[in-house]
Amino acid sequence: MSDAVAAIERIYREEYGRVVASLVRRFGDIDVAEEAAGEALLVAVERWPVDGVPPNPGGWLTTTAARRAIDRIRRESHRDAKHQAALMIANPEGHEPTGLVEDDRLRLIFTCCHPALAPEARVALTLRLLGGLTVAEIAAAFLVPETTMAQRITRAKRKIKDAHIPFRVPDEADLTARLAGVLAVVYLVFNEGYLATSGEQAVREDLTGEAIRLGRILHDLLPDEPEVCGLLALMLLTEARRPSRVDESGELVTLRDQDRGGWERALVEEGHDLVRECLARHASGGRRPGQYQLLAAINAVHTDAPEVGATDWAQIAALYDQLYAVAPSPVVALNRAVATAELDGPAVALAEVDRLAEVEPSLTSYHAWHATRADLLRRLGRSADARAAYDAAIDATANPAERAYLARRRGTLAP
Amino acid sequence: MTQYLLAVNHTPEDLAAMDAMSPAEMQAMFDTVGAFNQRLQAEGAWVFAGGLQNHDSTTTVDNTGSDVVVTDGPFVESKEYLGGFWVIEAPDLDAALKWAAEGSKACGNRVQVRPFQEEPDA
Repeated sequence: MSDAVAAIERIYREEYGRVVASLVRRFGDIDVAEEAAGEALLVAVERWPVDGVPPNPGGWLTTTAARRAIDRIRRESHRDAKHQAALMIANPEGHEPTGLVEDDRLRLIFTCCHPALAPEARVALTLRLLGGLTVAEIAAAFLVPETTMAQRITRAKRKIKDAHIPFRVPDEADLTARLAGVLAVVYLVFNEGYLATSGEQAVREDLTGEAIRLGRILHDLLPDEPEVCGLLALMLLTEARRPSRVDESGELVTLRDQDRGGWERALVEEGHDLVRECLARHASGGRRPGQYQLLAAINAVHTDAPEVGATDWAQIAALYDQLYAVAPSPVVALNRAVATAELDGPAVALAEVDRLAEVEPSLTSYHAWHATRADLLRRLGRSADARAAYDAAIDATANPAERAYLARRRGTLAP
Repeated sequence: MTQYLLAVNHTPEDLAAMDAMSPAEMQAMFDTVGAFNQRLQAEGAWVFAGGLQNHDSTTTVDNTGSDVVVTDGPFVESKEYLGGFWVIEAPDLDAALKWAAEGSKACGNRVQVRPFQEEPDA
């Protein structure tokens, strides 16, 4: 019995975004949609074990939820007849078609990621409404008290209602800018899971899976948007390496030392296919590739090499140069310097890394800057300087896997 | 349709910058704001707009107690004061934000967008 309920809850969560999005369009109100979806779950838990799971569970849940919502609206005496009528129009379309695929989930994700909402609220709403995560799960993943997360979500929903944030895919003219905001939310969810600095590991790892699921939905709905394709590829190629990223003792394993046989081949293949899709689009004269496509391409070069020695570093360096042109940041420049070390040797790279911190002093509080320097100094045989750099790197990170790795590397230095 | 307030708040720095404007610069701003107002009217988004005198001219009236208390100046000291505003009508926030972007460019100041409460089932 409890297995049956667990199976129903799994289907429910899988279908939640579709169900809620459809109800939001129909009733124009997120709270009404969520309550109705919740009631439909209770009906499913009662019926499905007896009648069997319907062939189209999402459609069944949506229909059941819509009936419940209409019943509720009828019962509520404080709403006048006109208001009731307005809510019960079968398909109240309040806007002009935009020429894009109009999936309700796509409209809903643009509402959830609207720039008029606070960034942390965008993430929470997207996970709640599209991902079907509970408030408690989202709170646990972001390490905030459940009441805080509940308030954040409630406040965002109120603003959507009061300020009339539309439930609509933006016009062609605004689409690129608004889509960048949506992709940023999805990538943030992914990184929150992947780069977990603390918290219960399992809960956080769910976030990467959830981000990939959102990425797949976006890619299905916007198949011609190259950055959507790029982001999905980037997440898949990163996720593919997860099994090799931390060893049994919980220590970080760098890309260089990872067991490449442990990578998830299916994810690597899928990521490579998507990167090829992006490349084909550019070959036929598409827009200049954006940051997600370039990051995906960099990851594709790495995952293409059967061993670290076979890495095409010239290609990596060229891609980082392109990335820097699109998204100039000291972190991108730091990664470029890692490729420089392979191409031109550690001395040239060290000079580059030191120059970066002169331009951007905040890098000296970033553990990866110290860790990169430490590695270059080690390769140059400057043990004392390397030791100091490892110490600084360890001080600058709270991630236990990272600290364990850095401490071990420090221990291998010649006296 | 929802009504939105597009509020233009002035900080002391904004006021100093406006005081330092030449008559020609001032006229150019009046012209761009005038053109923006005409667009709002032409597209049916216009409800009302106005520029306010300096906040020094504020008088506060408090009749929440037993007597009417009239005092010079605003009720609380603030870092910025309402300098002018538009009230517009727009189908949703995206449309209001587009008007606000135009208004901000026209008046050379930040614009805060705030929805009006709706009358219940009006």
